[in-house]
Amino acid sequence: MLAYLVKRLFQAIAVMLAISLIGFAIQDNLGDPLRELVGQSVSEETRQQLRDELGLNDSFFTQYLRFLGNAVQGDLGTSYFFKEPAVDVILKKLPATLELVFGATLIIVGLSVPLGVYTAIKPNHVLAKVIMGASIVGISIPVFLTAILMIYVFSVEYQWLPSYGRGDVVHVFGYWDTNFASLDGWSHILLPSIALASIMLPLFVRLIRAEMMEVLQSEYVKYAKAKGIHPFRIYFVHALKNTLLPVITVGGVQIGTMVAYTILTETVFQWPGMGFMFLEAVNRVDTPLIVAYLIVVGFIFVVTNTIVDLIYGLVNPTVNLARMGA
Amino acid sequence: MKSFIRIAAAGAMTVMCGIAANSAQAETTVKVAYDADPVSLDPHEQLSGGTLQLSHMVFDPLVRWTQDLQFEPRLAESWEQIDATTTRFKLRSGVTFHSGNALTAKDVDWTFDRLKESPDFKGIFALFTDVEVVDDMTFDLKTSEPYPLVLHTATYIFPMDSAFYSGTTDDGKDKAELVKHGDSFASRNVSGTGPFVVTEREQGVKVVFDRFDGYWDTASPGNVDQIILTPIKEDPTRVAALLSGDVDFIAPVPPTDLKRVESADGVDLITMPGTRIITFQMNQNRVEAFKDARVRQAIDYAVNNDAIVKKIMRGFGTVGAQASPAGYLGYNEALTPRFDLEKAKALMAEAGYADGFSITMMAPNNRYVNDDKIAQAVASMLSKINIKVDLQTMPKAQYWPKFDERAADMMMIGWHADTEDSANFHQFLSACPDEATGNGQYNSGAYCNEMADKLMMDSNSETDTAKRAEMLQKLEGILYEEAAFIPLHWQNLAWGAKSNVKAGAIVNALNFPYFGDLVVE
Repeated sequence: MLAYLVKRLFQAIAVMLAISLIGFAIQDNLGDPLRELVGQSVSEETRQQLRDELGLNDSFFTQYLRFLGNAVQGDLGTSYFFKEPAVDVILKKLPATLELVFGATLIIVGLSVPLGVYTAIKPNHVLAKVIMGASIVGISIPVFLTAILMIYVFSVEYQWLPSYGRGDVVHVFGYWDTNFASLDGWSHILLPSIALASIMLPLFVRLIRAEMMEVLQSEYVKYAKAKGIHPFRIYFVHALKNTLLPVITVGGVQIGTMVAYTILTETVFQWPGMGFMFLEAVNRVDTPLIVAYLIVVGFIFVVTNTIVDLIYGLVNPTVNLARMGA
Repeated sequence: MKSFIRIAAAGAMTVMCGIAANSAQAETTVKVAYDADPVSLDPHEQLSGGTLQLSHMVFDPLVRWTQDLQFEPRLAESWEQIDATTTRFKLRSGVTFHSGNALTAKDVDWTFDRLKESPDFKGIFALFTDVEVVDDMTFDLKTSEPYPLVLHTATYIFPMDSAFYSGTTDDGKDKAELVKHGDSFASRNVSGTGPFVVTEREQGVKVVFDRFDGYWDTASPGNVDQIILTPIKEDPTRVAALLSGDVDFIAPVPPTDLKRVESADGVDLITMPGTRIITFQMNQNRVEAFKDARVRQAIDYAVNNDAIVKKIMRGFGTVGAQASPAGYLGYNEALTPRFDLEKAKALMAEAGYADGFSITMMAPNNRYVNDDKIAQAVASMLSKINIKVDLQTMPKAQYWPKFDERAADMMMIGWHADTEDSANFHQFLSACPDEATGNGQYNSGAYCNEMADKLMMDSNSETDTAKRAEMLQKLEGILYEEAAFIPLHWQNLAWGAKSNVKAGAIVNALNFPYFGDLVVE
């Protein structure tokens, strides 16, 4: 177990080094940060002078080595726009994004299990067909369209829910303000969470349904039925347990992907999280922030995958982590 | 789930109603949503619309523009020209900064010196040499030569609190320091004379402004106690926020939503012709044919500006035939948009290009309203006169470096004159490119006409307004005759506001709403 974690740590470092190198390599193609920093009528001479000050005229390797030197000391650069260390900016935005992902996860977990199980048990029922049909629609509509549609219906037409932002958040500690402690907070996080969940929910409903249908065909379920065990117990205790392994595999990867999908959701809802921040940073050519974001997201991916592997061992004792790491 | 939504929604409504009821008793709060928030609290850090909008809330200029582009005294009570290069300003008395310090001529002097240091602003103040303090309430603004734009430039002088910005911070940095990137005292702390005080600011999320108790302008009808500015980047979300009642005032309203905002109940749409001209430039260094004025005219005749404004801009623009918008000195009424396909073909044939040629074209896709669609339309219009266009559009971040390289044969550029004066258009867009003077910095067409340049230079030292207007209008005439560039239209401006927010009275073509004077019923 320990050997496995140490190995993972080295992998994580390698991944982040690779990401930083790629991030650095593409930054020249993102545009000229100076254009966003100065007004339109500033002379080329003044621009060059500022470029020198920022060290943008140095060679690629000089810049990258300087970056690595600072990164080792925990400094991933200073955002041009926020004028603060990029890591601080990201950490400040991180709780908003994590809360959004958490809200979406709640919806996905809460709905996908009953819906998936139901459509597997009664595949021919009208309701099951409606659910499956809806899931196709959900998968095919892009997040931003779902989001705009919901804003239009629930905010503009019916005026039930607010259209943007986080509303009144309650301070917890450090950079963490929560949406889950006030009614206003809940009402603000509801639409973005549903929008974000709309992509993953159908996927999980379908996954659970497929796995469940397969399990329901197996001998032990038939035997349990013959034995006269209550159907509820068969479905939710015996059958569901055995469908969970692939669900966790996909789930782990998808939570990482969901962090990426937050870019779209946050942009539409003006959610002050790090996805929105990233898109803005790209528009503003805030290169230090872009590189730092890529590294942090890479880190999140590595961490979630490690946790998924650990959960594997808990759910299925035959998985041997020590061997997996080797 | 459904009942949960209902409960949550009901809860949210209760909370919102509660807030509304409270504020009605206590104070008037206006929620404003722009597409971006100011990059810094330092008014000299970046010359941009966002900075100037902020400056008009937290500071006051010496003079400011009225809706019909006249000058209105603000911190300067009166002024007179005492010799060819000196204008004497008298300051308003009894004006205090947010810190409590009183405004004196010394503050103006201090601010002027700082402006001369600012990379962004020093260009505007190039011809200004000094502020000489005469007494506490009087100062002389000096130029190196007779200059007609003294008052235009005075709209950029927002006196800063020199005592507040002097000294050092706890970590030993100079408080006056002007930093383009990175942290500085002035980028986070502010003391002006303006109607609002910044009480809370989370960059990119919101800025809260509270009415300044000691504001000098007690004659102002403004009755807003608090403004909460939220940036909402996405157009549909910003419009939805206004329509759903979450915010009271938005800008800009995107062209696609103009009708919706206009027809919605309880919401007003305010539009105004803007001053930003959208143009295409034809690079004579890259394409031999563009050296021939007839070819350039043919392109102008082939491009249907009117159709672009009607179809693509949905009427949200003013068809242009020159750079200066109506109201500017150089605006030449005689110049009308040209569109005549037959004439265009004839001109091409006359120049020996009846069979046409191929060119490359570049345009941004997120800088101006509908920029990429306009470029596509122009490209297809040019195909009618056998000019085959290879068009590439890209985000502004990538576009500007390409523009600096002059990377395509035809490039799009929009321009707003910082000085609100006609000569500025020519200086940057169509004057002979000259690195030493910075003229023609954005002239990717490399158009050069010495007579036009001379007119611009002369106009810059001509203080007689009538003579100056004549020069600048003649200049526009030359550029039109020679088809120096292809003018398309001036982008209109649009604001959306709840009907009880009387925003119509505080907006202007410069897009600096004067929130201090905002009345909410």
